[in-house]
This record gives sequence, C-alpha cells and structure tokens, in this order.
Amino acid sequence: MRRRRAIELALTIAAPLLILGIWEALARAGRLDPIFWPAPSTLGETVTRLVREDDLLGDIRISLLRILGGFLLGAVPGVALGLAMGLFWPVRVFFMPLAAAIYAVPKIAVLPLVIIAFGIGELSKLVIVAISIFFLVVLNTMGGVLAIDPMYRDVARNLGASRFELFLTVALPGALPAIFTGLRLALGFALIVIVGTEFLSPGRGIGYLIWESYQTLQIKAMLVGLIVTGLMGWALTLLLDVIERVAIPWRGAE
Amino acid sequence: MAEAAIGQRITSPAGATVAAGQRGASVVTRGLERRFETPTGPVEAIHDVDLTVAPGEFCAIVGPSGCGKSTLLRLVAGLDRPTSGAVAVERVDGGRPTNALVFQGRSVFPWLTVRQNVAYGLKLRGVRRARRGKAADELLRTVGLTSFARAYPHQISEGMRQRVAIARALAVDPDLLLMDEPFGALDEQTRFLLQEELLRIWETTGKTVLFVTHSIDEAMILADRILVMSAQPGTIRAALEVPFARPRSLTAVRSDPAFAEMFTTTWAMLREEVTAARQMREAGPR
Ligand SMILES: Nc1ncnc2c1ncn2[C@@H]1O[C@H](COP(=O)(O)OP(=O)(O)OP(=O)(O)O)[C@@H](O)[C@H]1O
Ligand SMILES: [Mg+2]
Repeated sequence: MRRRRAIELALTIAAPLLILGIWEALARAGRLDPIFWPAPSTLGETVTRLVREDDLLGDIRISLLRILGGFLLGAVPGVALGLAMGLFWPVRVFFMPLAAAIYAVPKIAVLPLVIIAFGIGELSKLVIVAISIFFLVVLNTMGGVLAIDPMYRDVARNLGASRFELFLTVALPGALPAIFTGLRLALGFALIVIVGTEFLSPGRGIGYLIWESYQTLQIKAMLVGLIVTGLMGWALTLLLDVIERVAIPWRGAE
Repeated sequence: MAEAAIGQRITSPAGATVAAGQRGASVVTRGLERRFETPTGPVEAIHDVDLTVAPGEFCAIVGPSGCGKSTLLRLVAGLDRPTSGAVAVERVDGGRPTNALVFQGRSVFPWLTVRQNVAYGLKLRGVRRARRGKAADELLRTVGLTSFARAYPHQISEGMRQRVAIARALAVDPDLLLMDEPFGALDEQTRFLLQEELLRIWETTGKTVLFVTHSIDEAMILADRILVMSAQPGTIRAALEVPFARPRSLTAVRSDPAFAEMFTTTWAMLREEVTAARQMREAGPR
C-alpha cells in the first residue's frame, strides 16, 4: 500500500517535470528563442521579483477567492435545482429547455451583460463564474438523481420515508458521485472563466498579470503567470479530491 | 412519485378466525390485475388474482420466472396500484398494518454502512439512536454480520448484502413480512441457518409472511400453504396445504415420508407452468 502510494506520487509529478525538463534542455541547447522561451530555471528570479515588488501572492489570493466565491454562488443553487429537477418531472420539464440553451452559450460572451447588470466590481466577477458553472452542476446533479436505481426509492417508501426523507436519504447520497463529477468540471470552468474575465477587466488577479505582462512584453512574468494558473488548477482539484473522499466514504476502496 | 397506495378497501376475509392478541395482518386480494403499458403493447403481468392469507399465516408463492410474483408483492406492499381489483391488508385489532418488503436483487443502500442500513427503517420511525443501534446489533447477530457492522456494502459479499436486506426488513417488526426470493443469493449452509432463524422469528412473533421462492424444498420447509402461480399472465393455480407439524425443524421435515410425495405433486404442477412459460417465450414476444 505504501509502495503503491509512492509510485502514484512519482507518476503524478512526472509528466509536468518531464515537460519542464525538455523545455530546459532545448533552451540550454540554444534551440529556443530566449526572448520568448526563456529556460524555466531562469524564471526563479522573476518569481522572487514578482512576489517582492508586485505582490504575486496577493494576485493569487484574489483570483482564488473569486473562484471559490463564484463557485459557491453557482454550485450550491445548482445542486439544489438539479436535485429538484431529478426528483420532480414538472420542474424538470419546465427548466430543461432553459438549461440546455444557456448551457451552450460561451459564458465569457455574457460578460458585457453581467457588467451592465452588476457593475465592473468584484460582484460581476463572482456572478460570471457562478453563471458559467450553474447549469453544468444542474445537469450533472439531475443526471445523478435520474440514474439512481428506482429500487432504492421503493425501499425507502416501503419503510415509510416521507418526500423530504426520500430527498435526504436517497436522492442526495445517491446523486453525490455525479454531483462531484459536475463540481470537478465546474472547477475547471471557473478557473478558465476567471482568468478570461481578469484579462478583460484591469485591476488585480492572476489573469490580469498574464495579460499585462504580455502587453508590456515581460515574457518571463507572463510565463510565471501561466505556470501559477496551472498550479492553482491542480491544487483546487486536489482539494476537491479530499472533500470527495470525506463526503463519499462508500466509494472508498475501488 | 405516487403516494404508497392500497387499492380500495374491502372487508376482512370471511371466516378468518384468529386468537385475540395475535398481531399478524390478513391479506385479501380480489380480482387483482396489473397490466403494464410497454412500447410493444400492453403486458398483463397478473390477472384475476384472488388471494386470502390469514393473520399469522406463512404463505409461500412459487411460479415460473416472469409470472408476476414480484408484481404481486409490490401490489400487496402498496408500492404499486392495480389496474383493476383491490388489495386489503388489515390487522386483527383494527390498527394500521405495517409491512416490510425484502426486495429481489440488490436493494441495500450503498451509501450507508451495514449497521445504518439495518437501522434505516427505525430511524424513519423516529426511534432514538441508542435504541435503534441496539436493535440493529441484535439483528446483525441474528444474520451473522456483527463483525461487518461498520463495513460498507461494497466491502462485503453478495450473500452478506442479502442478509443485510433481510435484517433491515425485520428491524421494523412489521405485521406483514413480504419476501421476494430472499435466500436466493445465499450459499446453502447460510440458507439453512436463516431458514431456521426465520421460522423461529415467525413462531415467536406471529407475523404474517408472504414468501416468494423458486425452491419447492424451501416452500415446503417454511410454509403453511404453497400457492402455485400459472405462467404469464399470473393467476393462482393451486393452493397446497403443507402438512408438517409445527414447530418445524429442517431435518424433521426432510426426513418425513410425506416430503417426497408433496415435492412430486408440487413439481408436477409447477413443471406444466414452467413449460408453458417457456413455450410462450419461444413463440416470440407476447
Ligand atoms: N415496470 C414494468 N414495466 C413493464 N413490464 C413489467 C414491469 N414490471 C414487470 N413487468 C412484466 O411483468 C411480468 C411479471 O414480472 P415480475 O417481475 O412480477 O415476474 P416474477 O414472477 O417476479 O419473475 P422472476 O421469478 O424472474 O423474478 C414480466 O413479464 C415483466 O416483464
Ligand atoms: Mg421477481
């Protein structure tokens, strides 16, 4: 078991390290244009400078808070509506066309509308993230409820469960694996959307750092921004993994 | 989701005389029919089922696969409505009868531990944590799963899961126990032990039991009466009294000379129905 863990960890970090290694080797061999592809090993000092002078950690914190805030704002009502749509067919029939249509709209295209409605402040950033993930979570949750073996519902009814108890003891736990699949996708979307949003609205955040560095041709800072974005996505996914393991203990040893 | 519904009420079975204080429920069905609308046309699962089970009776149901045994149990449990006819489940003392169905197949909640599964019905009934824990532990001992109390269903075997389902139904101490091939997935030794245990529980509690099985053996060992169902659409073709004395033991019943004789008659009857069901299936859909 321990051995397996060690191998898992090694394999997990192998791919990114491999890419960085190849990049480094090519840069040192002079095969890459150093202006656009500086060797990764030279990025260290850029990181130090960004942390000291440009408050890189502050940018990371701001972007993370936007992601988490928007994520909660979209996911919590998303799960609720998804459960309701899965359980009650009139709710499903009523919302389905709306969900299917809005699901397909590129969310970043809605940003101007969101800014008109909520201003250019923090709120509009949270709202755009929430909107982008809402229907994703809704559809996954609903699918999860619909996929529950109807036998479980009958068992609960037979033993006297009320509608509310049915909801709490069958629909919610039964849909939980599908809900987490939705949340995982949503988290990726949230990151994509927030970086895009920060491109378009000057101020703070990791997306703005990337955009601004690009415009002023500070390629190293831009690359650091990209790498940090990737690391943020990875860390958030790991966090969700941990939460999932706690929330779905019956999935444990598969 | 439809409310758990029982068809229109009909009065107690004529002539069912029961000792006072006995708590099993009676079951009466009249002209019971259930038709399913399917894309390929209507399927009549059961047809004109007239059934009378006395309070405290142990009644076995045998019949070819697809003859509507599960459909009948669901109707009696109030999980489904008949397309015509009626079901009445009544308690001798006039109280509200409770039933619990042991479903055919995988019915144990994967998201609850073994112990939580067994205690589930008690939790719904508002039984306090300590008391339902105690009740669950007792039943887990009965079905031999004490050391798996904290395991999740995916961590135990199919036969063990089935025992959890049985314990979960017993936990709510129902007046009417409906069992749909409950021992089908068990190994023979465990099956024998649980048959004995079920007999003991039935003898001491006076529950009414409706027990679907594909084993004629099992029906003879457990039941007062065996109902043989015909091929689809299912009706009750015959009701055979099981003569062995109570309280029964597996070994005593098996060594009774009447055992072989009864097996022969029951099988002869069932054989015709199973053959009919096969021919029907081979003749194509419907
Ligand atoms: N929900 C349903 N929709 C359509 N047809 C159904 C439905 N439930 C049962 N049937 C049909 O009704 C008939 C009886 O089914 P049922 O499950 O009651 O049989 P059974 O006697 O329990 O069979 P088995 O011994 O294999 O469990 C079958 O032909 C089945 O296809
Ligand atoms: Mg069946």
